Amino acid sequence: MNTIASKYKTVKNDEVKIWFKAAHINDFPKDGGACVKYKDLQIAVFNFSRLSTWYACQNLSPYKEEMVLSRGMIGDHKGIPMVACPLHKKTFSLETGENLNGELEPIAIYPVKIEEENVYIGFSE
Amino acid sequence: MKHIIVVGNGMVGYKFCEKFVQKTEFKDFKITVFGEEPRPAYDRVHLSEFFENQDAKALEMAPAEWYADNNIDLITGERVSDISRKDKTIKTAKDREFSYDYLVLATGSSPFVPPIKGVEKEGVFVYRTIEDLEGMLAYAAKLKAKNPNAKAAVLGGGLLGLEAGKAVMDMGLEPHIVEFASKLMPRQLDLRSSQVLQLKLESIGLNIHLSKATNQILGNGSIVGLEFGEDDVLDVDMLIVSAGIRPRDELGKNCGLEVGVRGGIVVDNKMQTSDENIFAIGEIALYNQMIYGLVAPGYDMAGVAVDQIIGKAEVIMPADIDMSTKLKLIGVDVASFGEPFMPASKGHSIIFENKTQHLYKRINVSHDGKKLLGGILVGDASTYNMLHQIYLNGMAIPEDPSQLILPASDGASSFGDVTDLPDEAQVCSCESVTKGQICSAIENGEATDIAGVVSCTKAGTGCGGCKPMVADLTNATLKALGIEVKEGVCEHFELSRQDLYKIIQVKGYTTFNEVLDNHGTGGHGCELCKPLVASLMASINADTANKEYAIQDSNDRFMANIQRNGTYSVVPRVPGGEITPDKLIALGEIAKKYDLYTKVTGGVRIDLFGATLKQLPLIWKDLISHGFESGHAYGKSLRTVKTCVGSTWCRYGMAESVSFGIELENRYRGIRAPHKIKGGVSGCIRECAEARGKDFGLIAVEGGWNLYLGGNGGATPRHAELFAEQIDNETVIKYIDRYLMFYMRTAKPLQRTAAWQERLEGGLDYLKEVIIDDKLGIVEDLENEMQSLVNKFECEWTQAVNDPEMMKRFNHFVNTEDEDDNLVFVPLREQKMPEPWK
Repeated sequence: MNTIASKYKTVKNDEVKIWFKAAHINDFPKDGGACVKYKDLQIAVFNFSRLSTWYACQNLSPYKEEMVLSRGMIGDHKGIPMVACPLHKKTFSLETGENLNGELEPIAIYPVKIEEENVYIGFSE
Repeated sequence: MKHIIVVGNGMVGYKFCEKFVQKTEFKDFKITVFGEEPRPAYDRVHLSEFFENQDAKALEMAPAEWYADNNIDLITGERVSDISRKDKTIKTAKDREFSYDYLVLATGSSPFVPPIKGVEKEGVFVYRTIEDLEGMLAYAAKLKAKNPNAKAAVLGGGLLGLEAGKAVMDMGLEPHIVEFASKLMPRQLDLRSSQVLQLKLESIGLNIHLSKATNQILGNGSIVGLEFGEDDVLDVDMLIVSAGIRPRDELGKNCGLEVGVRGGIVVDNKMQTSDENIFAIGEIALYNQMIYGLVAPGYDMAGVAVDQIIGKAEVIMPADIDMSTKLKLIGVDVASFGEPFMPASKGHSIIFENKTQHLYKRINVSHDGKKLLGGILVGDASTYNMLHQIYLNGMAIPEDPSQLILPASDGASSFGDVTDLPDEAQVCSCESVTKGQICSAIENGEATDIAGVVSCTKAGTGCGGCKPMVADLTNATLKALGIEVKEGVCEHFELSRQDLYKIIQVKGYTTFNEVLDNHGTGGHGCELCKPLVASLMASINADTANKEYAIQDSNDRFMANIQRNGTYSVVPRVPGGEITPDKLIALGEIAKKYDLYTKVTGGVRIDLFGATLKQLPLIWKDLISHGFESGHAYGKSLRTVKTCVGSTWCRYGMAESVSFGIELENRYRGIRAPHKIKGGVSGCIRECAEARGKDFGLIAVEGGWNLYLGGNGGATPRHAELFAEQIDNETVIKYIDRYLMFYMRTAKPLQRTAAWQERLEGGLDYLKEVIIDDKLGIVEDLENEMQSLVNKFECEWTQAVNDPEMMKRFNHFVNTEDEDDNLVFVPLREQKMPEPWK
């Protein structure tokens, strides 16, 4: 339907073909995010240090299609780790991509792994 | 399966459908609705709001999908033109035929246009549908382009006419109201209350012409004036006719249903017309020889018709219909209930009138002084809900009934409590919701807060007038059940902002995690509590947004205002609006260098738009090298102190407003508060700085400054209140220091001073006791805390550009220097703007 949004599709752990080395862990703020470029994709990566977990999702907000999610605040909604879009405070689960406070399309989620203090994002192509 | 055809998709026609689908019997019926307008039913009661936002969707009763989801066929834009009672069929203007088992007529009314000569001229409108409003808006825009001082008149000074008057004001035309009778709102108000209303409306700029019969409408093709009599002419460029309504009963009349002499289809208390298969509801139904032009009785009729059709013959319309009504007309409360004009033979009236404050209250009491029979309120209708309930339920009234409209000498309320109402008391008359229903929704666990009560009972979803009462009832019921009414800021903190402020201050916390781990409910924070804690730590320790940037709100995190395409705008501080030509040139050069869209802001500063994350520190380096500092346009903190030029140049100036404005702006810059703060300083009472629209405002008078507190513009504009008179510079600073600090300590999250002050128990008098008389013994602390924040001020942008670690956050990507390739700008009047949203 839309060309920008359709580039982003959730990748499950067992679908990963390429682990892309994005940056050093210190390049990401604690309990915050930053944006990584992979080919023509923009991926928001979050260092959820309170949970000692890393998450990655599309940087594109599905609401008005702007590249901003990496600049959003993270936290939890009823225990579900989430990111709030900085433009209109729409919240999305970092685990499933589901829109928690509305009925927007879910966002795409990508696997993350840390090896030797480097952050890797999993892609299927 | 029986087929019901509903003719008319207005508020009442919609309500019929809504009530029907809730019945279990609905499965045996099929409903088809015809609406002549192009869109589904909308809220006509709040039509004038369309002028504020031009958002037709916001007025919708339910979206078109609702009808489909409930298996109702909605056919809009197709008028029903004929009824054949013999065949039980209808025909539409598109010549299609449909058969029915039951027919429900809900065609409503049309505006009555009196047969005045010239009424067909261009520029004459009626006020009924969204299309009417769109036509007016287009015409008004055309008029204003030719003449910015164009005038418009409304013919009719009734309820709807005054609403139309508000619409005229919103369109920016000079408003005139022309009424045939000798008073405004002749059906609801007595002469004295209508005079009070008139004074109030005149004070806000409405021109009112009473006892005027319009002979003809003047103009060659389009309207240029109204002629009342010889040599009595009102020049106007536009006219809105609001001279009453006429039931749209043509369909019924043509098929031989019984109609009233002055229109309306006759119905009995079952809403049945003279044909047992045809019902009529809303403004076309003539019941008790009356047409009821209010929403609540229309909704009741819809409910009766539904029950009659599904076979509940016992549900009928009551003989007496409550015509009580409360509304806000152009910001003025007007209410009447029961019998507003009572003849002296039935009881006594108690009247309170204060024309200086535009207040009028009248209650009518039975001869024995035991029953409330009706009344009128103008200017302040805050007691309407209670009075209305007392009247409806025949509740006992105080021995001295004047207490119901006059404040008791000890300041206590004479009403007792909402909980004193009987269970059957109808709290929401639009949706017929009783007190018992609201309380039991909470008691049986269906709802746990106000939003829950509203969604499961529908109370407050009609005119909304009962909302305060629903809130009070909900809170009282929760309290009675031992459930604490939570003031927690979000799911992660059960504490209020005020509690958190004290805790952070006493414990000296400096990070979000410390606060969350020691005082939170578990979890990891969210977009509500993170910026709040950041703001509190800033208010207490003068922290800048650089300290823990991941918990800052969107704008604070990058110290710029995020715009709709994810780029930012930059606003340097220009204290008091004073700027040297060199600095102005520097701003221009920098804007040019980075190709930034440039505009003067509402706070008379200069805003540079379209900066990418990466450009922000570069732009700021340039700005700082020319002597600028952060304007905090992105923060919940002091924005500007607007000044007029004052006695330094102005021939009327009484004091140096610019100098003092600069001093105040430099004093409070950078201080984080519950919400943004604005100031204003005017050099004389002409008030060119609009200081009374600010959180703190000063106006120079003979002998010093008058200090006004708690004003704001925005969605709920409010003038600041006069707090102290003829005080000197030093006292001004003392009072503002104390005021702002007290506000920062006690307000709710994101509450402006105006809302905070309005809800402060004891109001302005209490505020004076705290700030001037030091009733709480805290003014020294308040002053010291403020002075400490002032001393610790540091420009956060200067901090950031000098620290390579802090600079790291200003990059779109962490793994490349590339810019966001999704950004598209398009040209706009020799500058640029982001590509419009799809």
